[in-house]
Amino acid sequence: MDIKKVEKVVKKKKADFPEQLIEDIAEAAERHKLKAAELDELVGNLKKAYERAEVESGEAVGTVAAQSVGEPGTQMTMRTFHYAGVAELNVTLGLPRLIEIVDARKKISTPTMAIYFDEDYAADEEFVRTMANRIGKITLNDILMDFNVNYGSMGLSIEIDEEQVTEKRLDYDEIIKKIEKAFKKVEINKNLLSFEPTISEAKHAIRELRLLADKVRDLQISGIKNIGKVVIRKEGQEWVIHTEGSNLGAVLKMEGVDKTRTTTNDIHEVEKVLGIEAARNAIIHEAQTTMEEQGLTVDVRHIMLVADMMTADGIVKSIGRHGISGEKASVLARASFEETGKHLLRASIRGEVDHLTGIIENIIIGQPIPLGTGSVGVIMKQRE
Amino acid sequence: MTGIIKKIAQINFGLLSPENIRNMSVTKIVTPDTYDEDGYPIEAGLMDPRLGVIDPGLRCRSCGSKGGDCQGHFGHINLARPIIHVGFADTIHKILRSTCSSCGKVLLTDSEKEFYMGKIEARIKNEESITDIIKDIYTLARRDDCPHCQQEAEIRKNAEFMIQNSEEILEEIGPDLDADTKKKIEDKVQKLVELEEKRVSSGEMDDMEPNADINAIKDATEELIKVVKDIKGQNDEVTKELQELVEPIYQEAKRAQQRTIQEDIKIDKPVSLVEGNYKLTPSEVREWLEKIPEDDYYLVGINPKIAKPEWMVLTVLPVPPVTVRPSITLETGERSEDDLTHKLVDILRINQRLKENMEAGAPQLIVEDLWELLQYHVTTYFDNEASGVPPARHRSGRPLKTLAQRLKGKEGRFRSNLSGKRVNFSARTVISPDPNISINEVGVPEMIATEVTVPVYVTEWNIEQMKKYIENGSKIHPGANYVIRPDERKIRVYDETKESILEKIEPGYVVERHLMDGDIVLFNRQPSLHRMSMMAHEVKVLPHKTFRLNLCVCPPYNADFDGDEMNMHVFQTEESRAEAKSLMRVQEHILSPRFGGPIIGGIHDHISGGYLLTRDGSVFKEEDVFQMAQKSQLPMPEPKNRDWTGKEIFSLLLPNELHMVYRAEICRKCDECLREECKNDAYVVIENGELKMGAIDEKAFGAFSGKILDSVVKEYGTDRARKFLDSATKLSISGIMKRGFTTSTADEEIPREARDRIEELLSNAEKKVEQLIEAYHNEELEALPGRSLRETLEMKIMQVLGEARDKSGEIAESYFGMDNHAVIMALTGARGSMLNLTQIAACVGQQSVRGGRIERGYRNRTLPHFQEGELGAKASGFVHSSYKSGLDPLEFFFHAMGGREGLVDTAIRTAQSGYMQRRLVNALQDLNVNEDGTVRDNRGVVIQTRYGEDGIDPAKSDFGKVADIDRLIEEMRIKAKADK
Repeated sequence: MDIKKVEKVVKKKKADFPEQLIEDIAEAAERHKLKAAELDELVGNLKKAYERAEVESGEAVGTVAAQSVGEPGTQMTMRTFHYAGVAELNVTLGLPRLIEIVDARKKISTPTMAIYFDEDYAADEEFVRTMANRIGKITLNDILMDFNVNYGSMGLSIEIDEEQVTEKRLDYDEIIKKIEKAFKKVEINKNLLSFEPTISEAKHAIRELRLLADKVRDLQISGIKNIGKVVIRKEGQEWVIHTEGSNLGAVLKMEGVDKTRTTTNDIHEVEKVLGIEAARNAIIHEAQTTMEEQGLTVDVRHIMLVADMMTADGIVKSIGRHGISGEKASVLARASFEETGKHLLRASIRGEVDHLTGIIENIIIGQPIPLGTGSVGVIMKQRE
Repeated sequence: MTGIIKKIAQINFGLLSPENIRNMSVTKIVTPDTYDEDGYPIEAGLMDPRLGVIDPGLRCRSCGSKGGDCQGHFGHINLARPIIHVGFADTIHKILRSTCSSCGKVLLTDSEKEFYMGKIEARIKNEESITDIIKDIYTLARRDDCPHCQQEAEIRKNAEFMIQNSEEILEEIGPDLDADTKKKIEDKVQKLVELEEKRVSSGEMDDMEPNADINAIKDATEELIKVVKDIKGQNDEVTKELQELVEPIYQEAKRAQQRTIQEDIKIDKPVSLVEGNYKLTPSEVREWLEKIPEDDYYLVGINPKIAKPEWMVLTVLPVPPVTVRPSITLETGERSEDDLTHKLVDILRINQRLKENMEAGAPQLIVEDLWELLQYHVTTYFDNEASGVPPARHRSGRPLKTLAQRLKGKEGRFRSNLSGKRVNFSARTVISPDPNISINEVGVPEMIATEVTVPVYVTEWNIEQMKKYIENGSKIHPGANYVIRPDERKIRVYDETKESILEKIEPGYVVERHLMDGDIVLFNRQPSLHRMSMMAHEVKVLPHKTFRLNLCVCPPYNADFDGDEMNMHVFQTEESRAEAKSLMRVQEHILSPRFGGPIIGGIHDHISGGYLLTRDGSVFKEEDVFQMAQKSQLPMPEPKNRDWTGKEIFSLLLPNELHMVYRAEICRKCDECLREECKNDAYVVIENGELKMGAIDEKAFGAFSGKILDSVVKEYGTDRARKFLDSATKLSISGIMKRGFTTSTADEEIPREARDRIEELLSNAEKKVEQLIEAYHNEELEALPGRSLRETLEMKIMQVLGEARDKSGEIAESYFGMDNHAVIMALTGARGSMLNLTQIAACVGQQSVRGGRIERGYRNRTLPHFQEGELGAKASGFVHSSYKSGLDPLEFFFHAMGGREGLVDTAIRTAQSGYMQRRLVNALQDLNVNEDGTVRDNRGVVIQTRYGEDGIDPAKSDFGKVADIDRLIEEMRIKAKADK
């Protein structure tokens, strides 16, 4: 059914429904072939249900969210690595991943990206393969046919496998350019290259040669910074690239990449490239998939609240003493969490004032907490 | 309860000034001794009676109140030399670094100062933290020279001197000079004069670069001096004279410049501050801090209204009252002093020696040593875990617990005494199950019920009852332990006092009566991971010594009965009881806020019982039905005069208007659902409160997934849900009792033929593994993209063996039917899984350590029973046997390895997730839904404009949704039909 029509009914009933609910109603109305009168009644009933299910003011939503996210932690596995969909890539899952998310780690243990392509290219295997080779790290070692370290002549000769070059869809000239740029003493004869080490002292000659050999082999000839291995997979009709390592900024700049669906699991990178709102969504998405993967159901609202708390100030802050808990207004709240001495001493020279508006402060001084039934008072009307 | 309770509005933090310390002190402490020979406290000693009293009999010499009422009074120790406070050492270090060593001003230019002051003032007005700004200042102000300071005056003096002298020089030896030099000097002087005039005329320093002019003057002066010094006149003597004249100015200028250069200050943990190579004494540090002008206090992070930087260096030490450091008398009569007293004794002793040595004019070296020792004692008095100092130890070698240690950490004052408090009226004992009490109830042993009490106000209406309680006394159950008179005197009820109490009792008294049936108590099991870990129950006083609870509340508490203990708290006020009854009662928590579904529900035998009762072909005699209904507290059904099916019996529980369709747990998830024709009886249909088809299992009323239970709570309220659950579980139990239910290893018995098939399957798999290994050795194996050959091999082997285990399971399963009790338990979701059964009957499967096959142990092999480098299934921990047939020693060993990893894993996980939860709770606990629907923290900062974007409470939602729209539509239609 038409969403507009539903919207109209909703408006008529003076109900304030979120968009998602209106969409759901429209979809259900379509499925059940609702008549206008029935729709009317449905919206009325839903309004009642909605009002019944609304949060009451004073509800300690924060604590409930924290408990709901924390409690299943005990049931999660510690198995750090798991194959997530793609057998070739390792991804951190379970409790360690959840901790990583709430910690807002700058360096996560297994950054990974899922790169999608625009409609025109998504089904084009050739194009995606080329892109994969441009994104993934390829070293000289990957395209070698022959590699020789000659200790007699103190030289190094390699042979580039041209088949590999074409298979990996690389540009031969570009490779040569890169090699020339990286190594000065190099002789190029078609696909036969010979290198010479710069020897400063005779006794280190062999070492120098070996170092050179490693350097030659590890020379990166293609790929984006911070991205290692890539895996190409067919998901439904389209080809998708999964990567080890992540560089959202650089990948989004590439042609043909679908900027709306390409993602990374690195929250700080999302924040840097797409902004704080995107980071919030990334936190929600990452936390929820982590939970779901473990077969645990946690309402999104709880995860949303955690994410909103982490991003409320416009930057991603961690949960813990370096983030939210360390920046609380109340001295007592900070002192009772961690680093007791530091906070008390600092408060003394700053002349800080604790207004005792939080939970823990009021517990400490033995007063009712300003939440739930403690957030309301009774005022007696004075008799005239 | 009486009088107006005052509310604390705020707590101010501050630093004590030396004057403050002296003013609040009741006595100066000088003697390091505590008691004299007779055991009396020495005056001016650490146990001076003026510092307060602990013994309840004595009166305080300072305030006159009795021990227990007197909170104690501070004394003080005058330190012979200043001492740096350890806690502030870092702050002092940073302040010294960012202030000038000669003028004490912050090393910021005026414009910088203004900029930061503006920022700081704004933050202070908004009561925000200034820590990050101060951090910026600390970095910026680590300058090499002072932008203020005498540098300016020095340079000006030099410039004036040079102008004057140069004129004289020109006059005196001018004729002798060559024109070139003369010109040079004239030019320089001219320039200098101009600069000086400009500076004077401009009045105050320039806003942009306050020391640009002065630097120019400095440069010009130096150039002039250089020119003069370079003069090579014909007259050597004149030149020499001239140079001699200029030299001191030159030196002076150089020195002035040097003086304003700020030497780097280093901190030598914990409290030594080193300027360049010179170690500053605390006195010097204090002098430096005194130099800092008040205007600059904010810039170094000090609130001038509250503190002065020099107060961070102690000259007088407050001595805490004896109530803070009580001494304990041991059984032997020996007195044992508190750690703090020990430390204070040390401080006093060294302080005294230092003072004596100083007065006697002892050599500097000795004084400095003693000073250092005093610093050590004061340091450890504040913090005995400060880095860089060996902790002070007790005679026994145990490190002393000094001030910082008292506050810090999990066992510290904050977390252990302030955030959590010990309570009265609580009880703890082992728990055991009782299927006959309601989920709302808790069985309390009589022993506990006669100990913990409920205060009851005596009124005209209950006075007779109260008298009866008093008569019973404290030993007979519905009795009373104490009576509180209107003047708040508490009287214990003894046989001897009974009579007099009974005579005097009247309305206005409070009787602390025993816990009785129907009282509301709080019941809790640690770890309290969510709010369902503390719920309010109704008391049911029962014989024996354990708490009894209904089995349905095991999941929220995560309790079992292998020795678990739980705590009970008795509410003491009417408000708390009312609040608990409406908000914390068990029935209010059937739905978990985590996912909006039931967390309280049937478990284990409730589920298998429900299945046995309702599955197809299950019929009961009418006589039995009535018995079961009676037992389950159901209204007596109409007789049918025939046998009843189980489904008919179960329908007695269901609300009349209930409609539901869902797939049960036993659903095999066939490719094409036959719906109503389901062979497994897994398609559940409930119409008008009648179970038409489908068997009852975990999906019906089990914890976590009970659909019927879920609808009952959401549509008929918690009261109805409680009744439903109480009856459903009892009915299930009667069902299971009628039929009988047991399990043994016989349930996992499979015929010979099955064993052979499994054996063949496994040996095939093992052969396949051998082939893979051979392919690997021959390098015929194709590596997966991005994986090494070895990794590929491992993955392939794991896959093959995994499949083999699953297949063997399938074979075993095919011999199990629904008449097998173990299978019933597994499939209905009561307990165990099919995997468990396969492992018992067919094959245990691959054991893993660190997510892969086992490869640790000996070099290149797991055990000496194998060849080096052997990769076969058996050598890497594939357990081919079943639990029933038994594991061979090697398999057993590998199995133990896997098992041990699991144990270690669990231990680490609990610690990690516990800490994560503590952090989460701490970060989010202040969030609150406002009246306007926004979620805010305690500062009023909006975190969400509408809770969860739609304002829905997950605990009241339908698995996260507002409502099940499809269900609503269906109901509407059925209702419409009925109306017609």
